[in-house]
Amino acid sequence: MFTIEFNGQSREVNEEHTVADLLRETRVEARFCAVEINLEILPKDQYATRRFCDGDQIEIVTLVGGG
Amino acid sequence: MTTAPASSTSTESDAKLKIGNHILGSRLIVGTGKYDTMELMKDSLEASGSDCVTVAVRREKLYDREGKNLLDFVDLDRYVLLPNTAGCYNATDAVRVARMGREILRSLENPGADWVKLEVLGDTKTLLPDPLATLEACKRLVDEGFHVLCYTSDDPIMAVRLKAAGAVSVMPAGSPIGSGQGILNPNNLRIILEYLKSDDPNYPVIVDAGVGTASDVSVAFELGADGVLLNTAIAQARSPVAMASAMKHATIAGRLAYQAGRIPRKLYATASSPEEGLFTSRPR
Repeated sequence: MFTIEFNGQSREVNEEHTVADLLRETRVEARFCAVEINLEILPKDQYATRRFCDGDQIEIVTLVGGG
Repeated sequence: MTTAPASSTSTESDAKLKIGNHILGSRLIVGTGKYDTMELMKDSLEASGSDCVTVAVRREKLYDREGKNLLDFVDLDRYVLLPNTAGCYNATDAVRVARMGREILRSLENPGADWVKLEVLGDTKTLLPDPLATLEACKRLVDEGFHVLCYTSDDPIMAVRLKAAGAVSVMPAGSPIGSGQGILNPNNLRIILEYLKSDDPNYPVIVDAGVGTASDVSVAFELGADGVLLNTAIAQARSPVAMASAMKHATIAGRLAYQAGRIPRKLYATASSPEEGLFTSRPR
């Protein structure tokens, strides 16, 4: 198991875990979000293959109301 | 080049507002924040006649997945989204947020993916822009290929610097964000318009922030602004839908008045009715 930081909170994931798995588990709609790992945006076509490394910092963001 | 659908806030003979690659049907750009409900926002956007709306980028709420997503209430075929960097206090954060916004808009296939409303603030109390960080972020985003619509204060020299840095539009504040104080320094706005348009009459200058009510919008257009961007004045009005409609009409009125050309101000009166043929007495 690895520990990653996911939207500011630590979370345990295993070696096989991909970004797509994480989105599914948290019920985030991929079309509405952007994923950043260690300050780099992850292209959508890598969601299904990108696995995590210990200490990865993940941010998943979406659009909200703003001016 | 994307062309927004024709909107009733555009007067028929008027040229469309062009910003970067976008041509807008309405000269009013509205925000999507601070509404009590998503339904109220949706109705207000419609009543405003706008075809361009601003949005913010924030963390997914992972423990509130039953919550409604803004994007379920904004028709992406109807509105061009303008993602902002609101809440950023340094250039690095602003560039990071701009990239994230672009990534989301690309996946939504919304034409707004190529532009950003840059906002780099100086402090949390005034929400006034940090001019140095704004200029730095503007340069970096332009280098990355963004079309930057740049929020700034009403300082004419700063406006000139931001245009020179490559901003596709400079957006001076009328007064602090959400303050509802209207346009506090119309003379600065006049100077900004003169400087930015002197060699480039079509360069878009948009008054962003500070609008309190419809007359503020008309004043901005009467001064010669190309557009107005507002959020709170609609979202926090007692009746947001009615205020959105008022803003739409204020946009039309102000723009038409600017094009029509106001009469000069005079100290003394000039009678509208003829002197000739008067048969009554008057004071000497």
